[in-house]
Amino acid sequence: MISRKRLSAGDWLTLALLVLVAIWILFPFYWMLVTAVKPSPEVLTPTPRLWPSQWQWSNFTVALQKIPFMQFVKNSLIVASVAVVLTVAMNSLAGFTFAKYRFKGRDLMFMMVLATLMVPVHITMAPLFYILAKLGWLNTYAGLIVPRLAEPFGLFLSRQFMLSIPDELLEAARVDGAGELRIFGSIVLPNSKPLIAVLVIFTFMWRWNDLVLPLMVITEPAMRTVQLGLSQLRGLHYVEYNDLMAVTLLSIIPIQIVFLIFQRYFVQGITVSGMKN
Amino acid sequence: MTALAHWYQRRHLKVVPYLFILPNMLVFTVFLFVPILFTFAMSLFDWTVLGGGEYIGLANFKAIWRDKNFWTSLWNTFYYTIGTVPFTLALGLAGAILLNRKIPLRGFFRTAIYSPVVVSLVVAGLTWQWILNDNYGILNYALAQFGIKGYNWLNDPRTAMPAVIMTTYWFRLGYTATIYLAGLQGIPDVYYEAAGIDGATAWQKFWHVTLPLLRPTTVFLSVMSVIYGFMSFDLVYTMTNGGPGYATTVMTQYIYQKAFTTNEMGYASAMGVILFLMILVPTIIQLRGRASES
Repeated sequence: MISRKRLSAGDWLTLALLVLVAIWILFPFYWMLVTAVKPSPEVLTPTPRLWPSQWQWSNFTVALQKIPFMQFVKNSLIVASVAVVLTVAMNSLAGFTFAKYRFKGRDLMFMMVLATLMVPVHITMAPLFYILAKLGWLNTYAGLIVPRLAEPFGLFLSRQFMLSIPDELLEAARVDGAGELRIFGSIVLPNSKPLIAVLVIFTFMWRWNDLVLPLMVITEPAMRTVQLGLSQLRGLHYVEYNDLMAVTLLSIIPIQIVFLIFQRYFVQGITVSGMKN
Repeated sequence: MTALAHWYQRRHLKVVPYLFILPNMLVFTVFLFVPILFTFAMSLFDWTVLGGGEYIGLANFKAIWRDKNFWTSLWNTFYYTIGTVPFTLALGLAGAILLNRKIPLRGFFRTAIYSPVVVSLVVAGLTWQWILNDNYGILNYALAQFGIKGYNWLNDPRTAMPAVIMTTYWFRLGYTATIYLAGLQGIPDVYYEAAGIDGATAWQKFWHVTLPLLRPTTVFLSVMSVIYGFMSFDLVYTMTNGGPGYATTVMTQYIYQKAFTTNEMGYASAMGVILFLMILVPTIIQLRGRASES
């Protein structure tokens, strides 16, 4: 006879509490969706209904006509994609180098990078703006992409990971006469898939969600990224709450899908950086 | 290999590491390190966007000392940090304990709790701003059903900061809970069994086994949360833009305002120096912790 585990009283209490927490956490997403599809009069009322009287999916089309959301998306996509490629390439290579090579100044340089780990961009807002202006990079993709390419977090994570690559593998390749870059490309990278996955996901997420750098760099309406664009929609008289919620919802769908599929890497990314120390 | 090939390889190997780290170090130096140095330098000047300004020594700092709004922003920064850190940690630990139990749908709850963390603070701010709307927001409507009069959350100086803090709880819970969960799962069962043999109650097990073993996690989360608290910008900018008045203006907000709205970059840099020193303390604690464990 197979006995099924019965839930204890404590388990039921746990479930009840978790359900309450889940409602609190998930309700805003539901409310975003519901507000987006409600007919206008149902939105601006002091007695909102929890369930729409009808699901006006056409609201999304209306919102997209009023708000140049797809333009925001285009800009964010360009910035995020290029940043991902460059960040992964640069940080994995540099992390590998800091982990596996001995050269003068190595530890000093790494310490310097680590030390700036916690310096937020807000502190360096003024000089950074000045440097970007002098470079002519205001209102350009370069200005949005380049400054954050050497994020200390990426370097730290990379080095941490690369330390675990067996030296024997590298030595064997060297004995075979392979050049250093070849070793990196054909041995190190293929063995670094978890690192690359985490770097890709986190870099994309941060770039997509970033507000401060675009806020500083972009004044040209056509160059606005998603977050910058969204933050400027409040107070525009022709933008109603259902328009606002519609585009807000659209902006989070990509990252939520990525999250659902690659959950494991999200959790790995934050716990490894946290627990490893 | 011939002697020549050996020599070449040795020279080659010497240069290669520097070449590999060059892109990183270049970007890092120009866009991170130099701006930090520049911030310190600029703080001693009367600088504007167009560049150039006179050296005024510590005049910016003296002006900051006399600036009522600076002190307000400093207070708000601490208000926000103290309001968010202890509670998000406690809530996260409680959540982690619940999520660690063997109940059905565990995976669903873990995923759900983390879902706010991946959205931007702009999105979080806009959504909650709508929920907290004084006339049409669902929260005030829900409160009215219980006979509680709702507040004008984001426009009332008394409730604006609490509203931002509450939104932060929503956003931050997944992060603290997930990290605490990893910590909890790292505690071997033998400890609990041994305590059980000694006759410990569930509460005693928690106090004498769980909490002490979670100390590194707690320290890490505290330091990170404090740093995030000091760095906070996006949420306040989106939800209240520092208002009403200066009620929710935190330091980063005030720095931004001085740098880009009133074009007082030297002044903004001076505040940047102060904020830097403030963040330095938890950062050093954090780095010390890393060094001692590696």
